[in-house]
Amino acid sequence: MVKIIVCVKQALDVAEIKIDKERRVPVTAGVPLKTSDFDKNAVEEAVRLKEKLGGEVIIVTVGSKEATSTVKEALAMGGDRGYLVTDPAVEGSDTLALSNILVGVIRKIGGFDIVLCGEASIDGFSFQVGPRLAEKLGVPQVTYVHKLEVKNGKVVAERSVEEGLQVVEAETPVLITVTKEINEPRTPTFMDIVKAAKKPLETLSLADIEVKKEEAGEEGSGVKVVGLYSPPVERKNIVIEGETVEEKAEKLAEALVKEGVVG
Amino acid sequence: MKNLKGEIWVYSEEKETTYELLGEGRKLAREMNVTLSAITVEGGETERHFGFGADKVYILKGLGEFEAETYAEAISIIAKEREPEIILIGSTKRGKELAPRLAAKLETGCATDCVKIYLEGEKKELIVERWIYGGNALAKEKFTKKPSIITIPPKTFEKPIYKERKGEKVEVAVRVSEPRVKVIETKKREVGEERLEDASVIISGGAGVKRKEDFKILRELANMLRGQIGCSRPIAVDYKWFPEWIGLSGHKVKPNVYIACGISGKIQHIAGIRGSKIIVAINKDPEAEIFKVADYGIVGDLYEVVPALINALKRRFRGKTRKFTENKPLNKTF
Repeated sequence: MVKIIVCVKQALDVAEIKIDKERRVPVTAGVPLKTSDFDKNAVEEAVRLKEKLGGEVIIVTVGSKEATSTVKEALAMGGDRGYLVTDPAVEGSDTLALSNILVGVIRKIGGFDIVLCGEASIDGFSFQVGPRLAEKLGVPQVTYVHKLEVKNGKVVAERSVEEGLQVVEAETPVLITVTKEINEPRTPTFMDIVKAAKKPLETLSLADIEVKKEEAGEEGSGVKVVGLYSPPVERKNIVIEGETVEEKAEKLAEALVKEGVVG
Repeated sequence: MKNLKGEIWVYSEEKETTYELLGEGRKLAREMNVTLSAITVEGGETERHFGFGADKVYILKGLGEFEAETYAEAISIIAKEREPEIILIGSTKRGKELAPRLAAKLETGCATDCVKIYLEGEKKELIVERWIYGGNALAKEKFTKKPSIITIPPKTFEKPIYKERKGEKVEVAVRVSEPRVKVIETKKREVGEERLEDASVIISGGAGVKRKEDFKILRELANMLRGQIGCSRPIAVDYKWFPEWIGLSGHKVKPNVYIACGISGKIQHIAGIRGSKIIVAINKDPEAEIFKVADYGIVGDLYEVVPALINALKRRFRGKTRKFTENKPLNKTF
């Protein structure tokens, strides 16, 4: 039996972001939200472990009311119950404040064997939440995992680091962050979605999880975003013309030699 | 014991990255009038850090192999004593699991994968810039707590020129807990295989490559130019032809020349190749996004263009003393 808590994030669908070419800023208005890709891998892995070993998968998220759909999606994938922390004071939270909030929910849930997170989120891409949570929960962390096994109160995980692959071992309770390669997240069926609607989903305020307002939002953060811009691409943009492929290739070879980048 | 003069700290488990960070740290230290210190563990080449710009080197004693939790603990112990202003950490995979854990210990802010660091305005406020939104935007971020923990990818800044210098050595014995994560097996990359981050030429394939075997055409070009081959994410994640890819979530590369063959040029891929000196695009689709970020483009079938390019380059190199390395296997992951 394993008790797994999966932290998921509702992120901006970055593939839909356009750039305002005049003002050189990203346009996020109207961009749809979706469950961050790696978090789906985390949910999938949790559900697979539960299917194999028995136990419970608990989904946790922090966000606006709209993030309910992300919790529901994870429940449809096989989560057993879910929590959404939503509170006006959450706005502007960086990874420091966010980890304070997540720790609040996790403490409320009680003990766990494994906390699973995606290695990063598709929009912020900071890689921070997993390790920060591990520290605040006082458990070891195993990051960038692409293969995971749980046996006899231990996790054995394969992860990639700069110089190659590592197989590591840690005792539970433990926090694990997963990569995209770990699995192929399932697509819930219609029946899964219908069933998920009946699963417990609790909405919590900061007060419910005993997190102080000053630990969340901008006040609880250590970093503040002060600007966003999309710098223009400074490239030569030369399309090589020619009658034949050989002629074009010849011109390209010449250009590369002139640039001093080959030879 | 707080230092009278503030400090900027630099840490990376990779030597070269440490030196690059010292170079950038030196500039900040000068502007802020603070001391630049390298955080090292026993057994390193301490003296060299001075030559690359460090005023001081801390040597942490009693630490074993890198493990994020214990290293974070060790650095946090001395950080609490000495209260550095800024901690710069190499944004390797290890650096990126260390920095947030350290930041959590110190209850402070952290910005990962920063590509710019500077002081802005009269108040000389520390600003970092990092790519967000899948590479669509740079976020300017400032710190509201101390110390400011910043991770910087390898090769973001130039390694400074080595100058013989002296500095202060501070040995610190740290007592940390036993690592709770144990490495039971390591499968190293084969010796001689170069990391994509270090490659000076990369020939990369995307969905336009029809079969895995066809990568041999790209490999031929790569071998000829003493480069590596790479691929975009769909090739690795969807087709599973290779274990690694280039892009926002994969390798971020900075070769002298990056030749994208049959790669459409999604923003996430571009985020991984931005640092390339010259980008070449070969694609059948004249509307492909990759052309917008390329220096040179050829609209055409990679199956025709790449062999023609190999021939064109061979003709140029013929008669020169240059040695081909046509059969040398490089980068076996690909």
